[in-house]
Amino acid sequence: MAFAVEVCQVSKRFGSLQAVDNVDLTIEAGEFFGLLGPNGAGKTTLINLLAGLARPDSGKLSILGHDVVDHYRDSRRLLGVVPQELVFDPFFTVRESLRLQSGYFGLRCNDAWIDEVMHHLDLTDKADTNMRRLSGGMKRRVLVAQALVHKPPVIVLDEPTAGVDVELRQGLWRFIQRLNSEGHTVLLTTHYLEEAEALCNRVAMLKRGKIVALDTMKNLLGSVATCRVQLRLSGALPAVLLPQLVEQSGDSHTLALESYPALESVLAQLREANVSVLEMSLQQADLEEVFLQVVGRE
Amino acid sequence: MKSSFATLFYKEVLRVWKVAFQTLLAPILTALLYLLIFSHVLEQHVEVYPGVRYTAFLIPGLVMMSVLQNAFANSSSSLIQSKITGNIVFVLLAPIAYGEFFAAYVLASVVRGLAVGAGVYLAALGFAAPPMLHPLWIVLFAVLGSAFLGAMGMVAGIWAEKFDQLAGFQNFIIMPLTFLSGVFYSIHSLPEFWQGLSRFNPFFYMIDGFRYGFFGVSDISPWFSLAVVGVCFAAMAAFTLAMLRSGYKLRL
Repeated sequence: MAFAVEVCQVSKRFGSLQAVDNVDLTIEAGEFFGLLGPNGAGKTTLINLLAGLARPDSGKLSILGHDVVDHYRDSRRLLGVVPQELVFDPFFTVRESLRLQSGYFGLRCNDAWIDEVMHHLDLTDKADTNMRRLSGGMKRRVLVAQALVHKPPVIVLDEPTAGVDVELRQGLWRFIQRLNSEGHTVLLTTHYLEEAEALCNRVAMLKRGKIVALDTMKNLLGSVATCRVQLRLSGALPAVLLPQLVEQSGDSHTLALESYPALESVLAQLREANVSVLEMSLQQADLEEVFLQVVGRE
Repeated sequence: MKSSFATLFYKEVLRVWKVAFQTLLAPILTALLYLLIFSHVLEQHVEVYPGVRYTAFLIPGLVMMSVLQNAFANSSSSLIQSKITGNIVFVLLAPIAYGEFFAAYVLASVVRGLAVGAGVYLAALGFAAPPMLHPLWIVLFAVLGSAFLGAMGMVAGIWAEKFDQLAGFQNFIIMPLTFLSGVFYSIHSLPEFWQGLSRFNPFFYMIDGFRYGFFGVSDISPWFSLAVVGVCFAAMAAFTLAMLRSGYKLRL
């Protein structure tokens, strides 16, 4: 069976900037995949290449086996993209915008699905409101609705929750997770790493147009220290523990632990040095940690 | 299944309708002001065709000028607005073939051009009523001319990156070509040099052929004008389609 997304040795340059550099990537159908990276890493360019908004200098991209250049109509029918920029057509209402988008994809009499999408994105009350009159968050919801209006098997969300309130985020993710559980493939870029950690099965990290990490969430989280312990101490940190020190602020010390049992040894070292623990908290390793290590490594 | 073309065409027409005051009524008013002033000043002094009042001569020219200018304005302004606001992305993300994209914008331009032209003609009947001896020629030149300008508007809308550039295109190309095409006069009233130069202006053939439909008289054979306008449209269509296929200024 064809991959939901296949990127094969793709490069794209804008003048002197190598935006995407020989990227290889495959995403299985049904995956919830995260594409992460700092600003300017090439995430949006890669998405634009998939969506046909940009053309690769070299390499091939396909959606469910359909080449995005040679069979652009087939590939675009299978793809729903939420663009990063907040764009809208000021001439139309929310419902008109969604009906038009539906029609562009050859769908008529799609009101039942349009109503359902509007309901899930809390847009029903705004159906007949002109796009100009909506707040930024509402416009973002309409962008999401427009991407979903033709029920695409592959959904690309480029920073879909940038600048939107917590309520929408939660509602949006519930809806996207439902679509994912029904078999839709989701490709997400976000700066909210906790979102990616909570939602994605697999993650690729981009830096300067290259993939610098590509693995399952579990393996990526396992690649760094399992957890950290934050301690407030009555005295100085013993020298033997200095290699584990990640951060220090006043009498507060953060130490990296390879595993939970390693905490036992830290406490033993402190006892031996006659240093008391005034406060202690444990932090689980998270994607942010992995991100900082991977992206900061090069 | 509703085709992408039908939706894009519908959207373009709906856009025109939503701002009809600006897209339909304003150009009709402008044309009527031209008619009022020129007919008042020249009616007693100029007779271009024997037995035809100057006002009656002027009306087909003004109608066609409105058709052409509004057809151009429609596709060019729609595209540049969409590019600048970024909502062109909704069309670019959709599975719309280049031919459908082209046909939808051009046909919407034709619709607006014809609507404005019909409005100008009906309003002008209050001043004079030119005969319509060959209605088929009138329709043929109006449709082909507006399609040519619709395609030209697409080229300008895709090429321009800001409204300033589009205004330049309009003011330095469309406006001079329209005004120097015989809207207000017959080219036989021009010195030989300007007569010769007018023959390189495709707008001249559109106006002249269109006017033939009303009076059965023209500076050039309407068949020759039809051939010129047809070839110009075919060339402009091929150029626009090539632009769309290459993704020029639309896809990075």
